[in-house]
Amino acid sequence: MATVQTINVTLPSLPAGWSAEKDFKAVGTVSAPTQRNLEPVGPHFLAHARRKRHHRTFSEDERIQAQQNVKSTEDDEDDDISEDEDAMLLAREAKDWKSQDHYQVLGLTKYRWRATPEQIKRAHRKKVLRHHPDKKAALGDRDENDNFFKCIQKATELLLDPVKRRQFDSVDEAAEVEPPSKKQAAKGNFFKLWRPVFVAEGRFSKNQPVPQLGDENSTQEEVETFYNFWYDFDSWRTFEYLDEDVPDDNENRDQKRHMEKKNANARRKRKTEDTARLRHLVDDCAAGDDRIKKFRKAARADKDKKRLEKEAEIKRLAEEKEAARLAEEQAKKDAEEAAKAEREKNKKAKEAAKNATKKNKRVVKGSVKDVNYFGEGGEPSAAQVDSVLGDIDLVISKVDAEELAGLAERLTAAGKDSAAVKTVYVEEVKRLVGAGKVKEGEAKFFA
Amino acid sequence: MSSETNGTAERFAIGISFGNSSSSIARLNAEGKAEVIANEEGDRQIPSVLSYIDGEEYHGTQAKAQLIRNSKNTVAYFRDYLGKDFKSIDATPCHNSAHPQQSDSTVAFSINDTTDETPNTVTVSEITTRHLRRLKQSASDFLGKQVNAAVITVPTDFKDAQREALIASANAAGLEVLQLIHEPVAAVLAYDARPEAVVTDKLVVVADLGGTRSDAAVVACRGGMYTTLATAHDYELGGATLDKIVVDHFAKEFMKKHKTDPRENARGLAKLKLEGEATRKALSLGTNATLSIESLADGIDYGSTVNRTRYELLSGKVFAQFTGLIDQVVKKADLDVLDIDEVIFSGGTSHTPKIAQLARNIFPEKTNILAPSTFIGAINPSELAPRGAAIQASLIQEFEKEDIEQSIHPMVTATPHLQNAIGVEFTSGETVDFKSLLTAETALPARRLAQFPAPKEGGDVFIRVCEGVREIKVTKPEPKPKEEKPAKTEDDEDDSDFDSDEDEEEEETREIVWKTEKPIAELAVKGVKAGSKVELMVHVNADLGLQITAKEVGGQSAVRGVVEAPKA
Repeated sequence: MATVQTINVTLPSLPAGWSAEKDFKAVGTVSAPTQRNLEPVGPHFLAHARRKRHHRTFSEDERIQAQQNVKSTEDDEDDDISEDEDAMLLAREAKDWKSQDHYQVLGLTKYRWRATPEQIKRAHRKKVLRHHPDKKAALGDRDENDNFFKCIQKATELLLDPVKRRQFDSVDEAAEVEPPSKKQAAKGNFFKLWRPVFVAEGRFSKNQPVPQLGDENSTQEEVETFYNFWYDFDSWRTFEYLDEDVPDDNENRDQKRHMEKKNANARRKRKTEDTARLRHLVDDCAAGDDRIKKFRKAARADKDKKRLEKEAEIKRLAEEKEAARLAEEQAKKDAEEAAKAEREKNKKAKEAAKNATKKNKRVVKGSVKDVNYFGEGGEPSAAQVDSVLGDIDLVISKVDAEELAGLAERLTAAGKDSAAVKTVYVEEVKRLVGAGKVKEGEAKFFA
Repeated sequence: MSSETNGTAERFAIGISFGNSSSSIARLNAEGKAEVIANEEGDRQIPSVLSYIDGEEYHGTQAKAQLIRNSKNTVAYFRDYLGKDFKSIDATPCHNSAHPQQSDSTVAFSINDTTDETPNTVTVSEITTRHLRRLKQSASDFLGKQVNAAVITVPTDFKDAQREALIASANAAGLEVLQLIHEPVAAVLAYDARPEAVVTDKLVVVADLGGTRSDAAVVACRGGMYTTLATAHDYELGGATLDKIVVDHFAKEFMKKHKTDPRENARGLAKLKLEGEATRKALSLGTNATLSIESLADGIDYGSTVNRTRYELLSGKVFAQFTGLIDQVVKKADLDVLDIDEVIFSGGTSHTPKIAQLARNIFPEKTNILAPSTFIGAINPSELAPRGAAIQASLIQEFEKEDIEQSIHPMVTATPHLQNAIGVEFTSGETVDFKSLLTAETALPARRLAQFPAPKEGGDVFIRVCEGVREIKVTKPEPKPKEEKPAKTEDDEDDSDFDSDEDEEEEETREIVWKTEKPIAELAVKGVKAGSKVELMVHVNADLGLQITAKEVGGQSAVRGVVEAPKA
């Protein structure tokens, strides 16, 4: 909007006699506008909509947009790689690339092994822009020395090759974090001291992510995972970078083989040393780890508690068993006594019943004798006496003790009245017939 | 809004141009340039045709080929039926495909779209959904990312009901419609988004010549903002009209040889139409084109050639209709051809070289005619609308739904526009000259900056800000005997109507003359150094109040003044 158009018509000079306050004079107004619909399309419309919705003027809107733009460029700058280059670094010999710190050459010491390929590329571009020999020549630097440029190229080449980068990272001393000494460990915060050590060591792990050291509140499981991981560490660290140069000519093959063998041995040795070092380091850490002590103590307390509980349990069980045994014995004894008493009681009852039955039988048998075997005013015939006695025996044989007692009672009540006695018998026989114990016609007299 | 696009999922928006005859999809590529996406078949202009055989759906070019054998189950030219009732539609374009029918309040097609024997009634909304779904799928496949939003172009005469129906159909296809934009404005935007384009105040005529209809619009570009001043539509004029001429030409030729009219047979007509269209398009690129059809009628194969001159001769009347439409819209906007700074040709039919050449003759020398045959840097006319939509999509993709709605609300879009130009009057001696700063039809509020050279000797300068009106000055030159060159590129006898127009124009010169109407303010900048420049800033508020600032470039002190808004 703020583009300036140049109009190539010369402005007239001020006519004589024209004057106004502050050199400005409003002489008219603008004609009435026509209302039209804008097409809501395009970046300029969106700017217009923004101004209108937020009630901004042109200059306000420009200022706000400009601020936003500035902010975003600042963010870009922040992200950039900018480190100072000291004279020592710039004076490096390109031949000596093995000993150079490639990250420092590219200004990536903040990131080191964390630097992404993207960052490396950007850092390279930035460095090249500054140190390219052509650039230097253009700036009037007559110095033909392009050593540092070569250093940059070498560093980039190496760091952008994943295999070579690992080889360098393996021996990148500047990225190492020394484990705390005993003295430091005794004084300082365990976690603060050890965490960076393990983060640094973790970069060599083939298995990612690497479990973290955690803090004092970590669970036992976490702590165990952590130490198991480190005691079981699977490292990709190699020491090829420290190999001595193998002569590349074909002249001395023996010498070459000798050097290769020597290098291989050196690598193996270093690797073993490194594994031992790491093991030692983890041992040291574990020794100083209060959490392990805490867990051990807890475990011991737990164990003690369990043992005590177990003992108590055993004791309780024994007591319970004894009590049960005593109770059982008592019950047995009681039962025996009760059975004995019962037996005696039964015996007495039986005898009493026997006696009662005998007596009842006597009553029953006597009852017919008392009424003179139902002889009507004279001696009854032998046959009648026989049949009466036969019937009575039948009745007695068919009734049980209680019925016999009932019968005896009724007979006693009937007394010496012959008719009543007969009625009692007839009824009894009828009942027995009804109960199906006596067949019809079996009883002859009391039918 | 469909639920899946309304959520937190990231929007991935494309621009869609949904036309009656063909549709296009576009998106901004990594370099920020709008790019029209080709579908699986490699087509950038995808015919808006759907065809069904045994429950299988064919789309685009494949479906269009079905117009010959399977015309009953092929749906074409359905865009303009969307959101309309049966009584108000014109069914002529569908003569050759599935016929529209009435269904409740909308239009539907009866087609065998499943394996069943009985035809189904499918509403035009459903057809649109299926079409958009295929377009979305093509875009997603090409871009490798699921597309879920779009800006769709519509003609300027699209009613609210049609807009709603289109939005509903798009939502059903899983597309969130960010905005519907007008086709001519999309075309202007596509040109203005070119990196070499500069924001200027200009009046643009957009001629959108499509397959079945043609539209023209006058768009005022003021500081990058667009206002449509007038539109004109011709629903019968389009590529199909030109196809018919080609078809008739070949049919007559065929009849001469074989005594049968291939147009009497529906299949023969369909074949002729399809091939005739291809031939016509070929004629836009080359000077000769061939047509060959197997078994056109009575099993006779037919092959023939036509050259561009012949075609242009035959189509002269139709071409005149196209230019007539452009003329009509300029008149409708109360403007003169001299006011027009640019003519943008958009739509497939704009490839025809003759139409642009005829437009070149109508407009003055300074007017840019943006068509492939007249302007080397022209963008493919078929791709203008989708590109514009893609640019708009990229602009508003990040916006909240609410923000978009608020921005396109009439509260924001309805703005006062200047009735007359505001500029500076120069009086040097007798002559009064006027240079406009803010042209008429500038949306308010607006602000312009300008630099003027001060007089050579320096000193005090005088600036007079006033309103100006442009007038057309017609001067008749001395009638001088002129000999018409006998050999012109085309036959004079056939299109004499053009030539008579040209002759008239050659007789008189017409030019724009500015006249100051009404002074607004006067100010003086004192003590300007020799050879220096004076910078003038005019800021017009929405209420027509003016703030005017003038100062010497590089100078410290400025003359400031305010002109009150007129009392209503």
